[in-house]
Amino acid sequence: MMEGRTTNSTMLKIENLKTHFFTQKGRRVVKAVDGIDFSLAEGEILGLVGESGCGKTVTSLSILRLLPAAARIVSGRIILGGENLLEKSEKEMRKVRGKKVSMILQDPMVSLNPLFTIGDQIAEPLKLHKKLAGTELMDRVRSLLSAVNIPSAEIRRREYPHQMSGGMRQRIVGAIAISCEPKLIIADEATTNLDLTIQAQYLKLLKEIQERNRLSMIFITHNFGIVARMCDHVAVMYAGKIMEKAPVREIFNSPAHPYTEALLGSVPGVDYNEERLITIEGQPPDLADLPGGCSFHPRCEKATDRCRVELPPEFKLAENHHSRCWLCEK
Amino acid sequence: MVTTNEHLLEVRDLVKYFPVSKGLVLQKVTGWIKAVDGVNFSIPKGETLGLVGESGCGKTTTSRLILLLEKATSGSILFQGKEVQTLRGEGLQEYRRSVQVVFQDPYSSLNPRMRVGDIISEPLVVNERLPKSAVRERVAELLEMVGLRADNASLFPHEFSGGQRQRLAIARSLSLHTDLIILDEPVSALDVSIRAQIMNLLMDLQTQLGLSYLLIAHDLGVVTCMSHVIAVMYLGKIVELAPAEKLATDPHHPYTQALFSAALPSHPDEYREEIILTGEVPSPLNPPAGCRFHPRCEKVINLCSEKEPVLKSMGENREIACHLF
Repeated sequence: MMEGRTTNSTMLKIENLKTHFFTQKGRRVVKAVDGIDFSLAEGEILGLVGESGCGKTVTSLSILRLLPAAARIVSGRIILGGENLLEKSEKEMRKVRGKKVSMILQDPMVSLNPLFTIGDQIAEPLKLHKKLAGTELMDRVRSLLSAVNIPSAEIRRREYPHQMSGGMRQRIVGAIAISCEPKLIIADEATTNLDLTIQAQYLKLLKEIQERNRLSMIFITHNFGIVARMCDHVAVMYAGKIMEKAPVREIFNSPAHPYTEALLGSVPGVDYNEERLITIEGQPPDLADLPGGCSFHPRCEKATDRCRVELPPEFKLAENHHSRCWLCEK
Repeated sequence: MVTTNEHLLEVRDLVKYFPVSKGLVLQKVTGWIKAVDGVNFSIPKGETLGLVGESGCGKTTTSRLILLLEKATSGSILFQGKEVQTLRGEGLQEYRRSVQVVFQDPYSSLNPRMRVGDIISEPLVVNERLPKSAVRERVAELLEMVGLRADNASLFPHEFSGGQRQRLAIARSLSLHTDLIILDEPVSALDVSIRAQIMNLLMDLQTQLGLSYLLIAHDLGVVTCMSHVIAVMYLGKIVELAPAEKLATDPHHPYTQALFSAALPSHPDEYREEIILTGEVPSPLNPPAGCRFHPRCEKVINLCSEKEPVLKSMGENREIACHLF
């Protein structure tokens, strides 16, 4: 919904966020998120890309403060619409979750409760946050169902998740996510479980909803195709740090970090005609025992002696384009 | 040994219907799920056939039929010119030795209680009577072939990462001098940077050993990159079959066109005609009459709902099942 803001007002700003996991005796510290900064303007879509275990999901769970018991936010600020979420009490956070920030997870069979009708599940946040009841509530449920292109809403709202296909279930999760008109939606691998043609349908639907409501979105994915299709800005994560962030065209046209470059090169496209794919040798590092210096250096082809010792700071290459690599030092 | 022009594997009119039954004691068959319904293709020696399609289109059932893990309702599977479904004893063992499979999830396809060396050598121990030292030598050779160290043989699967485990699964499938490997989503459980490593490994092994692959995947990029020929399946039928490059750059069948247009772009500026299909894949229990794709097809004509199109050759090795051609 338009609220008379200027187009560039910042919706979310994350400063030096560190989320670490501690083992019971505190002997090992897993630095899942280790000092990340990014900001997201209103109506903008940010793609958070990286391999599994690089800290994408922990970042999103930190924003909602839904971390498992072993994890702790060690430092940083998460500013949503002018308020620092890390200073809020648990009670105040409840008014943020689902109302200001909502989430779409990967597997709709897990994120929907099999024992409640989908109508009940869409109504729940509306009762809680908007205090809707009676016919007003039902009208809103029906309009949400039709907003996510579910036909015959009146019949469908009485059905259970198992009666629907994977694509429909994921659309229901989408309806729940937009039910309270949040400002920010975090989609964590939201289309990974969907078939190709259903994925195309779902991405189109999300884009329409996003544009209609001027939502900010964070798309967590490992798929550069989704980034190319949906996002305005991209942040590439590796071992708990953002290696490079830039507007989407700059990432694809002139990736500055060797990791981004290799990651882009290793994705086979439909129009691919090279004989061999570019690979990144080795494995992602153990987050409890990171290599010294730049954490990517053991797998980097361009690594120098300096990379092995000194951690590169974030270099500014252009407005909005930052890269954490010594090669970008001028 | 077959000559290069001969097909290693040929599948003719393969059909698999699963019965749907009702009742606990007196089971009555109330319907049939037409998982695979008249599929034809062949794989030449040293080449890869990619089988693509959405979930539930019969890709995996087809592979299980070839592996003789399911009994086909009708149709024939010819391996090196011989029907395999009637094989017994020695002949069957020989076939099982020549055809191997690599599954999607290397976490569930490797026994966590066995050492890597035992996992890889199990097919050898079962099928060939070799002295222990020869087995050990072969295991070391296989491990090095897939890019692991020979001394890894004494470790357990949990000590390896996902990509390394998939390498182990590949090593196991190669242990018996295999001719054909069925790759059922071999890279979809892996990370992007690891995926490319495994794809390169599979392609290198193919050139080195002259292997044939039946590649089942839903990622069009992976299939296009690895296959020589691609067959597109929809609800148990092949709708289009063509050399990989031709199919990817110039798809003919409306379903193939929609599928490739749904494949995500590799660059934000890439122009792609957007064909967003409405609806979902219908149930194979009660597939639509006529062409099975007609309820979702943009170019549907009257004939489509009446008569089922057959797969016909269009020249240039392209086959297509659509009334428009």
